[in-house]
Amino acid sequence: MVKYIVNRILVTIPIIIAIILIVFLLLQVLPGNPIQVMMKEKVNQAVIDRVTEQMGLNDPLMVRFGRYLWGMLHGDLGHSYKLKRPVTQLIMTAFPNTVKLAITSALVAWIIGIPTGIISAIKKDTLLDRTLMGFSLVGISLPVFWAAMLLQYILGYKLKLLPISGYSTIRHMIMPAIVLGWASSGSIARLTRSSLLGVMKNDYIRTARAKGLVESAVVLRHGLKNSMIPVVTMMAMQFASLLSGAVITESVFGIGGIGQLMVSAISQRDMPLLQSSVVFSTMIIIIGNLVADILYSFLDPKIRTQ
Amino acid sequence: MDDTILKIRGLKTQFFTSKGVVPAVDGVDVTVRAGEAVGLVGESGCGKSMTAMSVMQLLQHPGRVVEGEIWLKDRNLLKLSKREMCDVRGNEISMIFQEPMTSLNPVFTIGRQVMEAVRQHQDVSKEEAKEIAIDIFRRIGIPEPEKRFYSYPHQLSGGLRQRVMIGMAMVCNPSLMICDEPTTALDVTIEAQILYLIKEMQKEKGTAVVMITHNLGVVAESCDYVYVMYAGKIMEEASVYEIFEHPTHPYTFGLLNSIPKTTEVKDHLFTIRGLVPNLLSLPKGCRFCTRCDKAMQICTEYEPDLYDIGGGHKVRCFLANKEVMESGK
Repeated sequence: MVKYIVNRILVTIPIIIAIILIVFLLLQVLPGNPIQVMMKEKVNQAVIDRVTEQMGLNDPLMVRFGRYLWGMLHGDLGHSYKLKRPVTQLIMTAFPNTVKLAITSALVAWIIGIPTGIISAIKKDTLLDRTLMGFSLVGISLPVFWAAMLLQYILGYKLKLLPISGYSTIRHMIMPAIVLGWASSGSIARLTRSSLLGVMKNDYIRTARAKGLVESAVVLRHGLKNSMIPVVTMMAMQFASLLSGAVITESVFGIGGIGQLMVSAISQRDMPLLQSSVVFSTMIIIIGNLVADILYSFLDPKIRTQ
Repeated sequence: MDDTILKIRGLKTQFFTSKGVVPAVDGVDVTVRAGEAVGLVGESGCGKSMTAMSVMQLLQHPGRVVEGEIWLKDRNLLKLSKREMCDVRGNEISMIFQEPMTSLNPVFTIGRQVMEAVRQHQDVSKEEAKEIAIDIFRRIGIPEPEKRFYSYPHQLSGGLRQRVMIGMAMVCNPSLMICDEPTTALDVTIEAQILYLIKEMQKEKGTAVVMITHNLGVVAESCDYVYVMYAGKIMEEASVYEIFEHPTHPYTFGLLNSIPKTTEVKDHLFTIRGLVPNLLSLPKGCRFCTRCDKAMQICTEYEPDLYDIGGGHKVRCFLANKEVMESGK
């Protein structure tokens, strides 16, 4: 078990280094001079050259990459050109908001998604099943920004129940959580349903019934744990992608999270900020996959006891 | 004194498919006495497993018992509520299946799965249930039962898993155990051990056994009484000795002849010609007549009854009916 986890962690290290390198190179290829962006127009070319030299932007690629990696190991991700603050500080200010959004919407997704999937599987092919699956399909298909605006209009503007944007109090967190959670709950519900239906066809389910267990115990004890293996993987990956920034939701609701940080970095050609926030998001995804694999081994003894 | 454990009368189980109603079990009578081992023999698809699933009431949609009675001692199982049936399953009647590799839940330890059966039917604490489970592991010949208690199914061989299934089935001391092809998926060398174990448990606890199989060798080894089933009906029933000494129904005859003999060298193995009929379009008259070497005119027109030819030997064939035979076909 420990060996399995250590192994999985070791495997991710080269992946992370490769991703840092790719992101770094991609941003070097992008056209546009960051110094010009930083200094606005009508600046003397001599000044631009001097600052470029000062910031070490004329150094060879490998030197700059080395410097970037070295800084990263020390927790220094450079300075934002535009916001004039350390990138580390910017990310650390934005991340808590993203974490809050991710946790609340994941909770909504799980609390709605898993029971919906189970009920649908038990009541397979009934009106209830079709209705629930219809709702999850709507959740999957609706564009997040549209659902967000719909809720803002109804709950915020018409009924005045919840604040329309901002992210300072718990009441601010409700609407974004519902919007993102509903979207994710759809795929969780559908996967839970199909996985549980598949599991219920297994011989060991017949054994559990032959033992005299009541149907609810058969489904919840013997069916559910087996059927959760793919669902947990999906949940962990969804959670990781939420943590890496829900760009649209954050923009619509004005939440100062990682997603918004990236959007502003892109629109303002703020290279150090963009580079580091992309690397940060990618690392979250990789860690999410790692956690999914480890959770998987808790559910499946075949992996655990190897 | 009546020592009948299981009495099935006129059982009809049908599957309501989109292509029509499939009569998987078509009026079956079976009697099992206390401590007796009864064989239910037939080809694949003859309804033997469905008879067992009807008794356990584990039929899945679209299958349903449409007629008949299933008496366990003095209770008609078909009249019990779902809840009462749960108390019967695994407690008074237990069942083991053909596929030991997949019949245990892969995510729970075997100890936990056996304990679950104990705690479902007996009012005991966790510790006591564990004791009972380890005790049954010891008795079914699982090496190092205390350690194996924490094993997962994938860590055991097929033979050991089938032992665990037997242990799980026997742990509540049922009065009847149904074994559905318990050795079909196992190596021949393991087969004898498993059959021996079933026999041991049967003797030790006085449990009656219904052995469902297509293998007459298994029947010879483990049963007292045999029912031969074909296309949902009982074709012949007799004691094991009678069946092997005086097989009367041409189908039974064919089954016996299909066993390869080690004392003869033959180019061809004997087979019963033709295929099992489609239950959706059974032939008129006797359902075996299209494959029968001795079929007569009457066989294609009328369906024979189960004729008693003495000594508890019953045959569903006009050859056994003196009146028909004497009237000259």
